[in-house]
Amino acid sequence: MTQALPTHKASQWVTVCSVEAIHPNMGVCALVEGKQVALFRLGQETEVFAISNYDPFSRAFVLSRGLVGDRKGTPKVASPIYKQNFCLATGKCLDDENVSIPTFPTRIVEGQVQVGIDKIESQL
Amino acid sequence: MGFTENDMAAKKNLIVIGNGMVGHKFLELMIAQKATEHWNLVTFCEEPRVAYDRVNLSGFFSGKTAADLSLVEPGLYQEHGIHILIGDKAVRIDRMKKLVHSSNGGSVPYDKIILATGSYPFVPPIQGKDAQGTFVYRTIEDLEEMAQYAKQSKVGVVVGGGLLGLECAKALQSMGLETHVVEFAPRLMPMQLDDAGGQILRAKIEALGVSVHTSKSTTEIVSKEGKVSKMLFADGSELATDMIVFSAGIRPRDELARACRLEVGERGGMVIDEYCQTSDPDIYAIGECALYNKRIYGLVAPGYTMAAVAADNLCAPQTSKFMGADMSTKLKLLGVDVASFGDAFAQTPGSKEIAITDAVQGIYKKLVLNGSGNRLLGGMLVGDASDYGNLLQLVQNDIALPPHPEDLLLPPREGKPAAGMGVENLPDNAQICSCNNVSKGQICRAIQENSFTDIATVKKCTKAGTGCGGCVPLVTDLLKAEMKKAGLEVKNHLCEHFAYARQELYALVRTYRIMTFDDLLHQHGHGLGCEICKPAVASILASAWNEYVLEPVHAGLQDTNDAFLANIQKDGTYSVIPRIPGGEITPEKLIVLGEVARDFGLYTKITGGQRIDLLGARVDQLPYIWERLVDAGFESGHAYGKALRTVKSCVGNTWCRFGVQDSTALAIELEMRYRGLRAPHKLKSAVSGCTRECAEAQSKDFGVIATEKGWNLYVCGNGGIKPQHGVLLAEDIDKETLIKCIDRFLMFYIRTANRLERTATWLNKLEGGIDFLKQVVLDDCLGICTELEQEMEYQVSTYGCEWKATIEDPEKLQRFRHFINSSQPDPNLMHVEERGQKRPAYEHEKSVLGRSS
Ligand code: SRM
Ligand SMILES: Cc1cc2nc3c(=O)[nH]c(=O)nc-3n(C[C@H](O)[C@H](O)[C@H](O)COP(=O)(O)OP(=O)(O)OC[C@H]3O[C@@H](n4cnc5c(N)ncnc54)[C@H](O)[C@@H]3O)c2cc1C
Ligand code: SF4
Ligand code: FES
Repeated sequence: MTQALPTHKASQWVTVCSVEAIHPNMGVCALVEGKQVALFRLGQETEVFAISNYDPFSRAFVLSRGLVGDRKGTPKVASPIYKQNFCLATGKCLDDENVSIPTFPTRIVEGQVQVGIDKIESQL
Repeated sequence: MGFTENDMAAKKNLIVIGNGMVGHKFLELMIAQKATEHWNLVTFCEEPRVAYDRVNLSGFFSGKTAADLSLVEPGLYQEHGIHILIGDKAVRIDRMKKLVHSSNGGSVPYDKIILATGSYPFVPPIQGKDAQGTFVYRTIEDLEEMAQYAKQSKVGVVVGGGLLGLECAKALQSMGLETHVVEFAPRLMPMQLDDAGGQILRAKIEALGVSVHTSKSTTEIVSKEGKVSKMLFADGSELATDMIVFSAGIRPRDELARACRLEVGERGGMVIDEYCQTSDPDIYAIGECALYNKRIYGLVAPGYTMAAVAADNLCAPQTSKFMGADMSTKLKLLGVDVASFGDAFAQTPGSKEIAITDAVQGIYKKLVLNGSGNRLLGGMLVGDASDYGNLLQLVQNDIALPPHPEDLLLPPREGKPAAGMGVENLPDNAQICSCNNVSKGQICRAIQENSFTDIATVKKCTKAGTGCGGCVPLVTDLLKAEMKKAGLEVKNHLCEHFAYARQELYALVRTYRIMTFDDLLHQHGHGLGCEICKPAVASILASAWNEYVLEPVHAGLQDTNDAFLANIQKDGTYSVIPRIPGGEITPEKLIVLGEVARDFGLYTKITGGQRIDLLGARVDQLPYIWERLVDAGFESGHAYGKALRTVKSCVGNTWCRFGVQDSTALAIELEMRYRGLRAPHKLKSAVSGCTRECAEAQSKDFGVIATEKGWNLYVCGNGGIKPQHGVLLAEDIDKETLIKCIDRFLMFYIRTANRLERTATWLNKLEGGIDFLKQVVLDDCLGICTELEQEMEYQVSTYGCEWKATIEDPEKLQRFRHFINSSQPDPNLMHVEERGQKRPAYEHEKSVLGRSS
């Protein structure tokens, strides 16, 4: 799978919701150009992480409903189905080196969360 | 044929003859080794379908379809360019021209051949054996024909009382036939059991309604109008029957090999060497058709090992060897456990036997020891084979036995592990994780070399425990033992964010009146938390303060089940289980459940907990479903929480002629009292109206059985993974005392148990065991009973239905949608209809239904 680095380069930005709509430490899922993107905020930070909502282990679109936290400082989410952990910044699975999922750039403009979409041509 | 000249020129041709269990395994292994880059793989498949699970063939009679049994993931062969010729049989191998001729008249050139032709059922040459109504038991077609014929039959006979014969008998019985088993030898399963074991097995099989006839040699099958009508035996007796299934052994399918003059054994089978090569090095044989060391292996595991050896050697010659295989077997026949392993018949010179026979329970266990009685060589188990795995480890690893080997035959004494079975006794080469083939030595070395102190890193580094997960307790024990050896303190820390055990955190929360996770983390932990500490602390806070779990400060801590007040299913939809206290429900409420299920298109099932599950609800449907349910007077059943689940009941003395108390009323009262109570793990209970125990109270965390004088209270029972009977805590007590005892017991458990530790495990680890527990709960030896009762009273009086609170709060409802920026539901959910209801589509069905991913 292709994997995006969390840079702020993107050819097009799609506005999905206000920052407040994403409760700290709880994920939401956004529909961006037909793709399911899971968005998270950690602690009281306003930075928004965006990864694919697809859990490759259970093959269900559920990652936005996982519990977030950190492993040795790495921000991560645990799949709600079989509990594999994914790094929120890189999309790498922390429990299986062979697996990683797409991530997407995000930015906040006037209190609105935007997701960058030139990285979205990957499968999911 | 579907491949081009081009393909064939570029790569060498490898032909696999036979697409059965072993032939398919071979192809899978070649794919895994990327051997498809160097080989053109062609496989002949005589049967009308690709490889299926023959071992579980009998599942066909319990509703499995051919598709369920298939071993080949749809599209797998195509994806890897494997040419499968379904319904095409290889009829001749021309070793001179290196061609394989097929029944379709074509021929395929080869560089190498793998023979994986399996075996065929042996039918003894009895007069009349070809009459209508005689069958064998090997392929799906065989079973289909049997099932068809059984419809017009009343009586069925299986010829052969071995492994497979008894399985056939079960199949006949399940089709409603009067069933007989006829065995030539003086006992059942003569290859695996001795006379004593055979006798116990016979009694069990007969008790199931199957007639057993041993020492019977069939001389003739008499038919009437071309159809089987009776069997005649050498002793002059006869047996009338409508159908006969032969299960008298198997013979290797070596006809191709014989015709091209490969070496075959006296009683059939292609002779192979340790590389699985036949007498022609370009032709390999694997599985049930191969003869290694004068032996045919009629089990699938040795066949799989041969497949691996052949695949390895084709990729890199002489890299791996087949060394023979263990023929130990364990099976469940008609619900009867039977196992036989190692030198079960004591053929080692000087060996000795120890055996116990319990004709009442129908249990026979025999161990074969070496001459000095300190090593286990083999054994057989009938009626209870639960120790099979452990005993086999002792044999395979040549482990020194404890001073009283007879202890191995007895159940472990209360509280102590079974004799000689701890991980510390295993040698380094003992396989701990069978999914990933990881040995004890590999795990211990990894722990030592990397100074691991947590299980997650051990799993990641060694892969042990990452398959089925069944070995994780063993791996954890190894980690603890290694840490102890290294002089490290074995810490019971919850996770990397809290250097405290759950019990300590519970005490901190209560002592300092901490109300939120963030406060606890700032004062006593560090980092951001994780999926382990967040739900554990959420549970502690709920047990202590009982605040609504979806309050903004708590919502982010909840596992997805608690966060959406429903159980997540494999496709990301949820199940809805309203509380039905004691299992009692009015017709009106039943109708409401039916209407809701119908209106929202939910799959409906009665659960094992005496209530009703509505499955397949999308996250956005949940509030609407609950609105209807709450309206009709239902409340949350907490099936999603580590909380009280159900208090099951029997009908009790209101209806039942044996009941001595009103068990249903008590069950309802208990369920209403403890509903919503959050605990370290889920809590289950039951109340029976008399000692017949129809509610199975002794398998519950707390269970109550009515007596003439009052109630008996059992605690710390468990069903599930490792069943354990509850122990009697108090006898003949009245209801008020009973409730007091339960209050104290539950609160003491909540205070002192580890995360995700059920009451049974908690008691097993509790120092002083049940005696200490009795002193705490009945004699108040710690002086905390008043506190415990008050804490429970607080819980009871602050209960509120979480679903009611949720649907009344528009802000909470915001979360019950799949997308934050669209009202569309999850577009990837797909369902299929089965038995009149919907179910999630399997992966292969999704591709047919056209999913995008
Ligand atoms: C629905 C149900 C099966 C059914 O269709 O009948 C069921 C379904 C699940 N059970 Fe169960 N169990 C159900 C009755 C049981 C019973 C029977 C009983 O309660 O009398 C047992 C054995 C009794 C016991 O627990 O001691 C049982 C022993 C387990 C276990 C093993 C527990 C153990 O201590 O070994 C698990 C795994 C766990 O909890 O860690 C489990 C876990 C589960 C989970 C939660 C697995 C999961 O994480 O997805 C299933 C999800 C429920 C859901 O999606 O709604 N389920 N499960 C039953 C719901 C009962 C209810 O009305 O609430
Ligand atoms: C009812 C039943 C229950 C069983 N239970 C167990 C059990 O509990 N545990 C256990 O270990 N084993 C069990 N077995 C045995 C197990 O199924 C076999 O060991 C296993 O299937 C052997 O695999 P195989 O590939 O060698 O043979 P098979 O699975 O029989 O495959 C051989 C295939 O080759 C095909 N073939 C043969 N000749 C040709 C040809 N010339 N051209 C093309 N195709 C050809 C055959 O049609 C067949 O499909 C059971 C078997 C049965 C029938
Ligand atoms: S336990 Fe069985 S026999 Fe006793 S009251 Fe209940 S249903 Fe009747
Ligand atoms: S045995 Fe280790 S994961 Fe299955």
